[in-house]
Amino acid sequence: MSRKIFITPYIVWAAGFIILPLFMILGYGLTGADGKITLENLLAILDAVHYKSFGNSLWLAFGTTTLCLLLAYPLAYILSQRKKRGSKLVILLFVLPMWINFLLRVLAMQMILSNTGILNGILSFLGLPTLKIMYTKAAILIGMVYDYLPFMILPIYNVLNKIDVALIEAARDLGATPAVTFRKVILPLSMPGVISGVTMVFIPSISEFVVADILGGSKILLLGNVIEQEFNLANNWNLGSGLSLVLMVFILISMAIMNRSNSEKGDTMIW
Amino acid sequence: MVKAKKYAGRIYVALIGFLLYSPLLILIVCSFNDSKIRTVWGGFTLHWYVDLFQNEEVIAAVKTSLLLTTSAALIATVIGTLACIAMSAMGSKMRGLMQSVANIPLLNSEMVTGIAIMLLFVHFMSLGVGSMLIAHITIGLPYVILNVMPKLQQTDKNLYEAALDLGASHVYAFVKVVLPELLPGILSGFFFAFTISMDDFVVTYFTKGAGINTISTMLYQQLRRGINPEMYALSTILLFTILILLAIINRLSVPKSTKEVKY
Repeated sequence: MSRKIFITPYIVWAAGFIILPLFMILGYGLTGADGKITLENLLAILDAVHYKSFGNSLWLAFGTTTLCLLLAYPLAYILSQRKKRGSKLVILLFVLPMWINFLLRVLAMQMILSNTGILNGILSFLGLPTLKIMYTKAAILIGMVYDYLPFMILPIYNVLNKIDVALIEAARDLGATPAVTFRKVILPLSMPGVISGVTMVFIPSISEFVVADILGGSKILLLGNVIEQEFNLANNWNLGSGLSLVLMVFILISMAIMNRSNSEKGDTMIW
Repeated sequence: MVKAKKYAGRIYVALIGFLLYSPLLILIVCSFNDSKIRTVWGGFTLHWYVDLFQNEEVIAAVKTSLLLTTSAALIATVIGTLACIAMSAMGSKMRGLMQSVANIPLLNSEMVTGIAIMLLFVHFMSLGVGSMLIAHITIGLPYVILNVMPKLQQTDKNLYEAALDLGASHVYAFVKVVLPELLPGILSGFFFAFTISMDDFVVTYFTKGAGINTISTMLYQQLRRGINPEMYALSTILLFTILILLAIINRLSVPKSTKEVKY
């Protein structure tokens, strides 16, 4: 009984700084500048500018998630096959960038992609035409994939690494070809890892604004940029909160759909 | 055939490794480059580092970051560890509820967490060091709980009860029996909270007061202003700092079988 008292600081904290702030967003988002309740700020997502920026965000988030998945799955698979000594160190090498300051990784990308950057330096050294990739959607996409790739590698590797080798051997013994073994045994078993990787990449990508700011040169507006500007430039907190609510609900719905499609197969989420 | 596949796999792994690390290597190389133009090697120099340590804006940001991150991680560790101890005494339903509340900041996008805390502070108080500290504690807490809770579930309750039977007080038994078992989890929770808070940009950006910068928000301002080689020097230092921190975390989370309890 006495031990339960230790929860008090945490409950106070959670109520004051986790739950209450969410109600603040709800309060601002559902009221107008005059303080009256309105749905205006939520419906503002249908305005052409906001709609377009949400489209950009969706496009980039889906692109980033798909590219990360396509790059990370084979890598995680190959690494999980290595059971030698030192393989732990190799996987550490691939997730290490996760812990390097995000802004610093954007800086590195800016150095490479900018018009007078390393990439164009190499291209002109080789006598090839230079690229004008900076301030395009492609630059943002490359930057985001670079930033979020480790977040996809780790969960997929963790799940693949835990798959019981006996299951794979059994499938082989029963006459399955490597392709069938992969499709029927390995892929379904690795789905929880894929789902948590997709979650870890999709949530930050859909609300991204920093990469777009630096590599997109504020020419391409994402929903994240619009929300950020409503708070820091336009000072329209009600609209900013309303759009944040739309973003939040969108994330919750996508997560719910993903988790459901996964739990139907009887798996549990690890993240 | 099998051999070709093996080599293809190795090439693929090496290629992704190259793509991940070459930008960082270029960053390090440029921090020693005596030329303002990135594509020209002007010889080896340390003067970006010298400039860096004379840049007051940078020094202030580093100080703010260290102070903010250390205190946020410490407070998050205390609150989180106490919460874990309490949660282990609760029924599974209550514990589940508590843990899902703790995970809200993990599942929400950082932007929403930052904006939510900002609104709270602007509405009732004002933004400043206080709001930054509170925001950083909030994002660190779930990581402390994630690290301490498993350790707590591993500890043998009988040992604690045995200590009580042998005449130890609750506090004495906790400090002498339970705490040593928890310590690796608490320490790695602390370092997790520390790195999360050190790395954070988005939440800090929304909750910071005017004129206060952490390393991340200063980097952002510099990035928008244009390239400054001093930032390469700062980045190189940050890179090596994070490597050392990770090495420490890795040592702490070595499995118990090594039996080297000397903390």
